[in-house]
Amino acid sequence: MLAVSLIAFSLFRFVGDPIAQMVGQETSIVDQENLRERLGLNDPLTTQFVRFVSNLATGEFGFSYRTRQPVSEMILSRLPATLELGFISLLISLIVGIPAGIYTALKRGGVLANTILITTLAGISVPTFVIGIFLIYLFGVQLGWLPTFGRGETVPIGWWQTSFLTWEGWKSLLLPAITLGIYQLTLTMRLVRAEMQDVLKTDYIKFATARGINYRSLYFNHAFRNTLVPVITIIGLQLGGIIAFSIVTESVFQWPGMGLLFLDSIRYVDIPVMSVYLVLIALMFVIINLTVDILYFMIDPRVRLKSNG
Amino acid sequence: MNTLLDIKNLSVKFPTRFGEFTALDDVSLDVNAGEIHGLVGESGAGKSTVGAAIIGLLQSPGYIADGNIHLSGENLLQLDKDAYHQLRGSRISMIFQDPQTSLNPLLTVSEQLVETIRQHSDIDHDTAREQAIALLKETGLQDVEQRFHDYPHQFSGGMRQRVVIALALCTDPELIIADEPTTALDVSVQKQILALIRELCNKRNVGIILITHDIGVISEITDRVTVLRSGRVVESGATRDVLGKPQEEYTQALMAAVPRLDKKLHRFKNIVAADKQITGDVQWTIEGASAEFAAEWLLSGNADKPLPSPPLIKGGSLTSLRTDVSDEHLVSSLDSDASLSKRRLGRPGGVAFESSPILEVANLNVTFHSERPGWFSKAQGFKALQNINFSMQRGEVLGVVGESGSGKSTLAKVIVGLVDPAAGEMTFNDALLPPGSKRPRQHPARRQIQMVFQDPYSSLNNRQTVEDIIAEPIRFYGLATQRSEVRQLVASVLELVEMPQRAMLKYPHQFSGGQRQRIAVARALVARPEFLICDEPTSALDVSIQAQILNLLKDLQETFGLSILFISHDLAVVRQMADRVIVLRHGELIETADTEAFFAEPGHAYSRQLLRETPDLGLLQAS
Amino acid sequence: MTTLTERFANLRRITRENELVYLFLHNRIAQIAAFVALLCIGGAMLSPWIAPTDPYDIAALDIMDSMLPPMWSAEGDPRFLIGTDDQGRDLFSAILYGTRLSLFVGLLSITFASVLGVSVGLMAGYFGGRFDAIMMRIADVQLSLPAILTALLIDGVARGILPRESHDDLMIVVLTVAIGLSLWVNFARTARASTFVEKNKEYVQASQIMGMHPLRIMLFHILPNIMGPIMVILTVDLAVAILLEATLSFLGVGVPPNQPSLGTLIRIGTEYMFSGEWWIVLFPSGMLITMVIAVNILGDFLRDALNPRLR
Repeated sequence: MLAVSLIAFSLFRFVGDPIAQMVGQETSIVDQENLRERLGLNDPLTTQFVRFVSNLATGEFGFSYRTRQPVSEMILSRLPATLELGFISLLISLIVGIPAGIYTALKRGGVLANTILITTLAGISVPTFVIGIFLIYLFGVQLGWLPTFGRGETVPIGWWQTSFLTWEGWKSLLLPAITLGIYQLTLTMRLVRAEMQDVLKTDYIKFATARGINYRSLYFNHAFRNTLVPVITIIGLQLGGIIAFSIVTESVFQWPGMGLLFLDSIRYVDIPVMSVYLVLIALMFVIINLTVDILYFMIDPRVRLKSNG
Repeated sequence: MNTLLDIKNLSVKFPTRFGEFTALDDVSLDVNAGEIHGLVGESGAGKSTVGAAIIGLLQSPGYIADGNIHLSGENLLQLDKDAYHQLRGSRISMIFQDPQTSLNPLLTVSEQLVETIRQHSDIDHDTAREQAIALLKETGLQDVEQRFHDYPHQFSGGMRQRVVIALALCTDPELIIADEPTTALDVSVQKQILALIRELCNKRNVGIILITHDIGVISEITDRVTVLRSGRVVESGATRDVLGKPQEEYTQALMAAVPRLDKKLHRFKNIVAADKQITGDVQWTIEGASAEFAAEWLLSGNADKPLPSPPLIKGGSLTSLRTDVSDEHLVSSLDSDASLSKRRLGRPGGVAFESSPILEVANLNVTFHSERPGWFSKAQGFKALQNINFSMQRGEVLGVVGESGSGKSTLAKVIVGLVDPAAGEMTFNDALLPPGSKRPRQHPARRQIQMVFQDPYSSLNNRQTVEDIIAEPIRFYGLATQRSEVRQLVASVLELVEMPQRAMLKYPHQFSGGQRQRIAVARALVARPEFLICDEPTSALDVSIQAQILNLLKDLQETFGLSILFISHDLAVVRQMADRVIVLRHGELIETADTEAFFAEPGHAYSRQLLRETPDLGLLQAS
Repeated sequence: MTTLTERFANLRRITRENELVYLFLHNRIAQIAAFVALLCIGGAMLSPWIAPTDPYDIAALDIMDSMLPPMWSAEGDPRFLIGTDDQGRDLFSAILYGTRLSLFVGLLSITFASVLGVSVGLMAGYFGGRFDAIMMRIADVQLSLPAILTALLIDGVARGILPRESHDDLMIVVLTVAIGLSLWVNFARTARASTFVEKNKEYVQASQIMGMHPLRIMLFHILPNIMGPIMVILTVDLAVAILLEATLSFLGVGVPPNQPSLGTLIRIGTEYMFSGEWWIVLFPSGMLITMVIAVNILGDFLRDALNPRLR
């Protein structure tokens, strides 16, 4: 986390001249120097870094070079959109991906299983934005059933603008969520399948089969539970993937989330927004990793008992 | 006499892309209740396939092509899939080889037992629980009530195997198939588990099929035995008859290859002929390459040894050695009528250098630090070796015995420099031997000490041809530089280890385990070592192959007067190889003795126990 | 001495024993995929000769030709096989050139990533210790950031550092480095894990005992033995690299617009999709997908063929 804030800081401080970005061409050198002094840019680097971190900790994110708005406000207004989109697509990828993975592992070589497998090969090969475009063309342009951009109507709950509460919101959410979810879905499925196949080859599954444990318990209680540890790791990583690909999806669907904001900040070299986005992402990853560790602890007795003894 | 299991003319086939492979061919055997029927054979004999066929879990795409399996008169092959699955656990159970992997790591012992019991009988949870506890007690597990809800990883290997046995027994099956149930265990634990199986068999009157490669185990507890070879039954009958007075040639050869604990044989005799996979290649030779040439070359190179021939005594450096070889000996050996044709020279120098030690180890300590100590715990060292002292004479074979974790392999690694000692000194050839990390790359000991490893499948680089593998030390130590010369040497050394010269063109994966081990020996030999470390060189091999490799090592040792540090967990093997024996236990040296004296009457209580627990054929053969 | 026939016989035997070749000769899907991949590569490499027009030559463009549908539709122009884009570029030529650029960036960045990753992985796996700990920590952090995010960041930073005027010239280099840096982790981790396994094998110990130089052990003994898994990653990540380039270009932070890659073409196409000009987006997408699917099938084939567990 500290490392990331260091990177974010160096980004903030060294990439491009913040002053040059903030002021116009016509500002005099003296004015620039004054601004520099006022912003503390002439202080020692360590002081600047400490200030940077403490600002972050107190939610002082500074101002965007491009829009002159406080970054915190910009991000906060975009956060709900991205989180809602990510949540729904994660749900899609897990609800479809895990059962499909188990099915294809158990029915290896079956017709349906092979069909699913071939489909997933396409799933990882077709880039997210092409899926998005295709869906837009089909459902938006040709059939005209679903909106092709934006969030539709949103309802505020405090500062949180949700699209879960309106019909329009749901309709707008559907296409982006599917687009974002498909890639993760195929990953989940392929992983669950590979892990399941490995577990089914282990001695303890063979032994359980030789004891005549019924297939239902064999597959779910014995085999699937053992695949959970790696699957959880990947789900953790997937959340990262969802955040990353939300950038692409949001761009295709003009979804007003953080990803779109980040993309604009890259295009316009808006360093404060970029560094704050980075810090936020890092924070999310830390939280995800922590959750994954806690889940390990709950699932795997080997981890649990090692830390006790 | 009621026959419990009756297998008639069973054939199992596996379709492969190179045609159908017949794993079992016309196998018939029967098992009675209350009897242990041994199934013995070398790898590839089809032992495990018999077990898998009985329980209906043949690995796909294998199938039963012919024959019948009857359990108490019921034809198993006519059952449908679900009925067969019902049968598993309730009437036929299985015990697997490795207790480390055969229990589900995420379920407690109690969960696994209770689930299995309730799967096959309609009783409530508490009754099942009581049954499970009683059963665990019966299998000799200690503190059953406290440990009932533990996870498998909290038990030791032997204890886990007891849990596995309890799981196999918990539904009162009629037949248990035990597939190598003690192979992964140390001898002391093996002894206990075998006793337990015997006891349960008698008490519960179940029939047991015991599958193993270990003839010692067979002779110890089975009533009857069937010997398999390449999927066919060779011989079958009462254990005492089959092993004591084998009728078939193969069984006789097999028995002769089993190292004996009671006396040292000069060589293994009458062993199974090597697989003739590479005949036909014999004609392919390199000019001037022969075993005699290799032998002469190797002998000429022991420059540091006080050989009687004067020119080599002082100039022990590699350069003088090389000129010597390339200029004189290569030529002379081609002309001479190979004075070595009798192959066995005896120990050159004889008694003269038996008195000078080649290796002395003083107060050797090795401590392993776990790589990442916890945040709050201090780095705790694991003492792999503690205060080891011994010395080895030139031309001596020193056996190192001990159970797993005793530090045998660590000792080898310290000497060759793969592991640094925490304290202590090693003296090699009257000079201090620096520890591995401080030993210069050009240190003479790096050539003089060579090693033969345990696993012939990982000790050869699969991406190199055999020629490259054997040529590497020759080039690396600068023993020969000309390409033709190197090839001649490689071919000759292959001859010396009784491999066709043609082998040098192939890759390791084209050879069997025994052949690979010969190549590994050739690689070690070609460096012209004085001191050879063999770390369990035969424990990955079948017993007949083991006998061949041991014979080879004996021959080489005698011909070249090598000093060998021979590490093995198998006392019988050590007895056949070693002049003296040291015993390690938990990293401490507890006994040093001459082999004969040791096997007659070990000095230390632990050694006596070790000796007692090693399965022995002596009794059987005497009768 | 070996006669020619004998050598030939030996060669044939080795071929039969070579699992990979055997499996390939009996896997129709993999053959088709290889054929398609070769066709893409061949078409791309030869694009200056087989493309009807040069899409980079602005002078040759005629704005009157813009937005023409494929030649088989009513308004099509026989000069343009699958129509033209908004600036009157022949789409077929543009796709060929775009594929060349995409493949070029993909191959270059994957080479960069593999050389970097494999060297780091070999050394980390072989020596262990502090170097290993530091490199793997970096890898872990980077792995938790998805490749596309890393590439976007590097891309963004580079845009910030470099003067704006040189953006277009340097963009391809920046893109290659960004994609390469975001993919090296896979190679490093795979190489490290395999090296770790090989290092503990006895043949490596044998070389160590001899006193062989670690570099020599790594290059001549370990590297040939870990090539299998690395080849798999190489193929799979080539697909990822191509996708990354397309995605970045699609987002408008990739290759400069005057040298359109497939991603750029698709982006242009999207803008006109709503007004019914479907061909501009369809054909580049089709090309991209075909190429990536072919590479992915080959990757899957390699993975299955080299994975002893699945046999």
